Amino acid sequence: MKHLRSISELGSEGLHRILQLTENMAEINSRPVPKVPALRGKTVVSLFFEDSTRTRLSFETAAKRLSAETMTFSVSTSSVNKGESLRDTIETITDMGVHAFVVRHKSVGVPWQIAQWTNASIVNAGDGAHQHPTQALVDCYTVREALGTKDLSGIHLTIVGDIKHSRVARSNIQAFSMLGAKITLVAPPTLLPVNVDHWPVTVSNDLDSVLDKTDVLYMLRLQSERMAQGLVPSLHEYSTRFGLDDERVAKLPSRSVVMHPGPMNRGVEMLIDPSEIPNSLIHRQVTNGVSVRMAVLFDLLSAEELS
Amino acid sequence: MSGPDIARAISRIAHEIVERNHGIEHVVLVGLQRGGTWIADALGERISSIEPSFAIPVGSLDPTMHRDDIGLRPVVAGSVSHIPCDITGATVVLVDDVLYTGRTVRAALEGLNNFGRPRAVQLAVLVDRGHRELPIRPDYVGKNLPTQTTDEVDVSIDGVIVTSITGNQS
Repeated sequence: MKHLRSISELGSEGLHRILQLTENMAEINSRPVPKVPALRGKTVVSLFFEDSTRTRLSFETAAKRLSAETMTFSVSTSSVNKGESLRDTIETITDMGVHAFVVRHKSVGVPWQIAQWTNASIVNAGDGAHQHPTQALVDCYTVREALGTKDLSGIHLTIVGDIKHSRVARSNIQAFSMLGAKITLVAPPTLLPVNVDHWPVTVSNDLDSVLDKTDVLYMLRLQSERMAQGLVPSLHEYSTRFGLDDERVAKLPSRSVVMHPGPMNRGVEMLIDPSEIPNSLIHRQVTNGVSVRMAVLFDLLSAEELS
Repeated sequence: MSGPDIARAISRIAHEIVERNHGIEHVVLVGLQRGGTWIADALGERISSIEPSFAIPVGSLDPTMHRDDIGLRPVVAGSVSHIPCDITGATVVLVDDVLYTGRTVRAALEGLNNFGRPRAVQLAVLVDRGHRELPIRPDYVGKNLPTQTTDEVDVSIDGVIVTSITGNQS
């Protein structure tokens, strides 16, 4: 595998391969010294044109645990501020000799665009509202781990919130479909994409009616700027209809799990403290994030000379 | 080597491990994934019948991520390592099926460091086929088997099969 830019590029075979490899990486992370020399001599650059806490740090932790060198590009202190173009930035960093770019950008398609300007591997860490494939890998791995089964066929996944603007939702719908899960989207009509009929999902506007059939409840962050765009009448109305509170948690079947990709908006989509949710996987998602990203970097960079 | 030969070799090595270490207190068996794990399990069973008063810990180690030839050959997603106890201060016996270039053992020695600092590390193999590329030697050998570098050596519970490039099996 040369690049990881979308779940469809990864494919079903690649998805299973990465999830399998993640188990090895999770074992390494459980060792007293969680570091192996597998990617010695490789350099990974994280190139974040959008803010991030967990994705950037977990990629950098993953690279370090595999003994790769890491470079961090932070836009606010770079020559982008002097007007340097994206292309010149990529070509400049490439000239320094790097093996992988981990890139996040507000525009859809940037990972494909920059792949034309460098021979390094590209990992998409989020492009606009399009894809966030490593988050989907993290979520698939976390659900398999929590349910104790590799077979997710027939599992009911309910994704709640701003589907329209969510790259996490798009990647997760593809990945969980590949593993056979049944997916229900719950959102106000203004926060659903226009082409949702073509997706392999069921759509509902009523969260309470789907809770008792839900195995995995996936809460998305409501981006506050959506209210300014008039897509949501008020935060209060949104959280009343689509927020997770203790009453709704109580309606979930006892073995159901709750997930959130972070960062959480407490008081908007999360009206309950996550520590009070019996089967919250929110912390497992962050922990597994490191193992999954180790598996991705290893898969991209270990076989480089072979291809 | 036939199946019964393998069983006899495992039995002999089990006795040698007990003898060399004056018992099995502080001895840990670690099978190398994947070929060495069943041999480590078999050795562990045999040793518990020789020394029933102690339970000998048996673990496994996947040295893939410590190899020096990552990128030069396809890496198969290996198996998970499992070290059942603290190995600091213990005598670790690494167990593998075939000893060849020594590179797997070198990777395993490095991998072991992630789990602690053993007092000593010993090496048990069922087959030593020669052609070492590193200064590594086994402490316990089932059988020394002269081979060509082009041969393939397969070890299973039913015996050892050497396949030469011409297709002859022995």
